[in-house]
Amino acid sequence: MTTDRREFLAHAGKYLLLTGAAAVAFDKVMAGRPAEADNYRTTDHWWAYAIDIEKCIGCGSCVRACKAENGVPLEPFYFRTWVERYHVRPEDSLHPEVDSPNGGYDGFRELYAAGDGSKSFFVPKMCNHCADSPCEQVCPVGATFRSPDGVVLVDKKYCLGCRYCIQACPYGCRFLDPRTNTADKCTLCYHRITKGKTTACVEVCPTGARQLGDLKNPKDPIHAFLKDNKVQVLKPQMATGAKLYYAGLDGSVR
Amino acid sequence: MRESLRHRQHLFRVAALFVTGLLLFVAVRALLVPPDFGLYGHYRAGALTDIRKTAPSFAGRSACADCHPDISEALAKGKHARIGCESCHGALGRHAADPEKLKPAMLEIPALCLSCHTANVAKPKKFPQIDPSDHGDGARCTSCHAAHHPGDAP
Repeated sequence: MTTDRREFLAHAGKYLLLTGAAAVAFDKVMAGRPAEADNYRTTDHWWAYAIDIEKCIGCGSCVRACKAENGVPLEPFYFRTWVERYHVRPEDSLHPEVDSPNGGYDGFRELYAAGDGSKSFFVPKMCNHCADSPCEQVCPVGATFRSPDGVVLVDKKYCLGCRYCIQACPYGCRFLDPRTNTADKCTLCYHRITKGKTTACVEVCPTGARQLGDLKNPKDPIHAFLKDNKVQVLKPQMATGAKLYYAGLDGSVR
Repeated sequence: MRESLRHRQHLFRVAALFVTGLLLFVAVRALLVPPDFGLYGHYRAGALTDIRKTAPSFAGRSACADCHPDISEALAKGKHARIGCESCHGALGRHAADPEKLKPAMLEIPALCLSCHTANVAKPKKFPQIDPSDHGDGARCTSCHAAHHPGDAP
């Protein structure tokens, strides 16, 4: 079989072109999936969180531990998690008094007297790690996203600091980090839970009011928590797919 | 030649300009957008790796039990069994990594005990609470209560 010059050039061109494309594709394949570089597989987990309000004593350990673990600015108003105190008078449960001095970082001074028919209790708050999070939907540059294992995170390199997400979060869980001018929020201690540790707030909670759970792990105690308690999420009417479940949540909490 | 195609050279110029612009856009985009953008969704997949890089400050109670089994056994029998070591002793990841380098600080008693056990009407009724002004006569909490297994003598 003979090959003339024209045919040879056509074949050579085709092969060169195709191997070039294959080389590019091969590089992408070899780069691997960044989040699955070790034995943690994002697709094996679906993280959720549970808080038992009837166990919270308002000690503020979680607030302090969160700031220590994640290097959150110590000034008031920068919180990845904080604790609120609700004071509800029986005749006006729609207008509770809510306070959160320094986010509960220093605990709570006694403000209310017992025995006047009113009730008060503590409500720890943090990112709800919504499955359909409003913050993620408004981000114009793809800096805020929900990871494949159900954690809402911020890409600090991509964040412009436009603050749309801070406005969009119905739970007030975001703030602008004054040092980097980027949005900041609870990462569910992503650097810990992907290494088999629990979050800092759960680690230090003295009463077990806080609980991290992996809904894809059938042996996780969170399934018992969700089954044995009457649970509720905050603002269910907003259909955010919140995965922070509260047991003992009073109707006055918002 | 048809009248409508008399000035086709102008059309070609515009088309060439358009194609050049398009190629330029594609080239610049390929340079600026990281290859891992869009791997899992509309975001940079490498951000997950970046966020995971942070070293934990809290070692976790199993790390404490590795070296202090006696204390963790005593703790497990008492009412404070649920409490993580670092809840009272603070973040000790660096101590766990190198026990000689960083020694845990002495705890501030009674401030630490009172951060949980000061009476407050907002606390659950079942939770043991005291009014520091009429409890203990100013004695150090740990002289009556064993911190790791309260209820027993220290």
